[in-house]
Amino acid sequence: MKAPTLISLGLSAALALSSPLHAAEDPLKVGFVYVSPIGDAGWTYMHDRARKIVDKEFGDRVETTYVESVSEGSDSQRVIRNLSANGHDLIFTTSFGYMNPTLRVARQFPNVRYEHATGYKTAENVGNYQARAYQGRYLAGMAAGAMTETDTIGYVAGFPIPEVLRGINAFTLGVREVNPDASVRVSWINSWHDPAKERESAASLIRQDADVLTMHADSPAVVQAAQDEGVYGIGYNSNMKSYGPDAHLTSVMMHWEPIYQEKIQAVLNDSWEPESIWYGLSEGVVKMAPMHPDIPEAVVERINTHRDALINGDREVFQGPINNQDGEEIVAKGDALKDQQLLEINWYVEGIEGKLPN
Amino acid sequence: MSMDIIENILFATIRTGTPLLLVALGAMISERSGVLNLGQEGMILVGAVCAFIGAYTTDSLLIGVASGLASGALFSLIFAVIAISLVSSQIATGLALTIFGTGLSAFLGVDYVGLSIDGLDEQPIPLLHSIPLIGKAFFAQDLLVYGAFILFASIYYVMSRTRLGLIIRAVGEAPAVAHSMGYRVILVRYATVMFGGAMAGLGGAYLSLAYTPMWTEGMSAGRGWIALALVVFASWRTERVLIGAWLFAFASILHLVLQGFGYDISPNLLAMLPYLATIIALVMMMQRAGTAQLAPRSLGQPYYPQN
Repeated sequence: MKAPTLISLGLSAALALSSPLHAAEDPLKVGFVYVSPIGDAGWTYMHDRARKIVDKEFGDRVETTYVESVSEGSDSQRVIRNLSANGHDLIFTTSFGYMNPTLRVARQFPNVRYEHATGYKTAENVGNYQARAYQGRYLAGMAAGAMTETDTIGYVAGFPIPEVLRGINAFTLGVREVNPDASVRVSWINSWHDPAKERESAASLIRQDADVLTMHADSPAVVQAAQDEGVYGIGYNSNMKSYGPDAHLTSVMMHWEPIYQEKIQAVLNDSWEPESIWYGLSEGVVKMAPMHPDIPEAVVERINTHRDALINGDREVFQGPINNQDGEEIVAKGDALKDQQLLEINWYVEGIEGKLPN
Repeated sequence: MSMDIIENILFATIRTGTPLLLVALGAMISERSGVLNLGQEGMILVGAVCAFIGAYTTDSLLIGVASGLASGALFSLIFAVIAISLVSSQIATGLALTIFGTGLSAFLGVDYVGLSIDGLDEQPIPLLHSIPLIGKAFFAQDLLVYGAFILFASIYYVMSRTRLGLIIRAVGEAPAVAHSMGYRVILVRYATVMFGGAMAGLGGAYLSLAYTPMWTEGMSAGRGWIALALVVFASWRTERVLIGAWLFAFASILHLVLQGFGYDISPNLLAMLPYLATIIALVMMMQRAGTAQLAPRSLGQPYYPQN
């Protein structure tokens, strides 16, 4: 950026701060930072889908911008700083690795509000938000457990961080809820986006008897592999049915728009607070794609019952008794894991094969 | 481990190794003529997206493959003009080509994300595919894998047994001498760079038509860089490129398979194996070769035609 632009931006920012009237007339500028290309499926796609929804809903009152494919680390810090400097009032940074860059920039722009996705730190002008994707994983696991004939389910996963482990554990609890004999095999690919590797990993799990697959990675390659090899697949983030019309059991979908609506409204009302929110099925942030017609009616009903119980708080995904992989009881009957424990989860539940990489 | 599993590991190894083999062979040829093109990753992506668009719009996989080849070759022409004719730095131009190709492929592919096609099917060769252990790996693959075998054999033959191979090598070792003997250095380099582009395009076509029949941005996931490393690992020898590509693929498949069997080995360690193997092989080769020059002598140096 050229120096004159910077100076004029600084001036306009100063002007904006000095005159409260200014804010009432101009639309609220909301920025989004994405870690990957928007594409047509997956994590960033769902964030951008939500952005479009709120952009339309708030009409003239809000103006949204986004920057895609911003790698985590110093690159993101530069992007977030640019957005802050050119008059954005609220910035959503939508990837775990943006946490520290967001906090660093936030210190320099006390009048800009920041919302960081999937992190755990807050500051005076930084809040964070998460989706309880694990609730959806649990329901998807129930579908998988009911449909497997080999009692082996394959899970292609990116990196062993708590968010992923929470999903694997919840999924396995769902599997075992309907099918205590079934087990889940996890294949770590050490990447978020490598379609060929996701595919090869899926093929390798199928060769080891898995007949239902799911994944925690960015591309729909696993669902596609399931389709080609004639097994079932479960999508994540967005509805991945188009990649495997016969294979697709369901998808765990993330709908971020309730969070974006709430946060933008809060800034418009001047009632924004830096908080940590963790929304799930109840708030409509996590949703299930329509179930495959092969899934027996009774199973679908059972899944729906569990979904309703999770929504109205009658049960929780991580409620005892839960054993870890070695059969030791971690959560006693009547107890449930607290949010903080869920955020730090670093162990496998019973029913997962293979050792957790560390 | 049962026979069945070994058979499957070999099958997956050949399949995983194919895009690496195609790209690395192309890169090797252009490097043998003295041109280092770091734009492999960009060329793969352009090839992948054009192959997918070609196959999707015409409903013909053949046209898809042809589009991949042609787009890779055309795209590399940009590099050839800048780095060979305009004698700019090969390193910088190659890097620019990768960045440009990544963006261009994303731009071209916007409307094609999320669409699916019926990819290349496996075509088992009668009788041969039922050979125990290796039958499936070598004779029950798709046509592009067979194509890669044929290309490998042809390149091996051309580089070691023909005049054309000698000319390419002469241009890479001593362009001034080749020039004074009447060979057209610039023309040869254009040809090898475009051949490399076509091979990278074909590697891309393999990814978007056969391996994972779809288009997503950045789907090459670093394979272009691995291919470049393989050429060094292979010390610019055709047969070693093949071994390197398969070795690398084998290690990455082993990483996936062993996990599934619950072997108590850290997946991070396994993921490291291919790179470790490359480094070890490199060190061993350097020791054996002693002071002998492994790389083509004029590699990376622009050639100014003299009269």
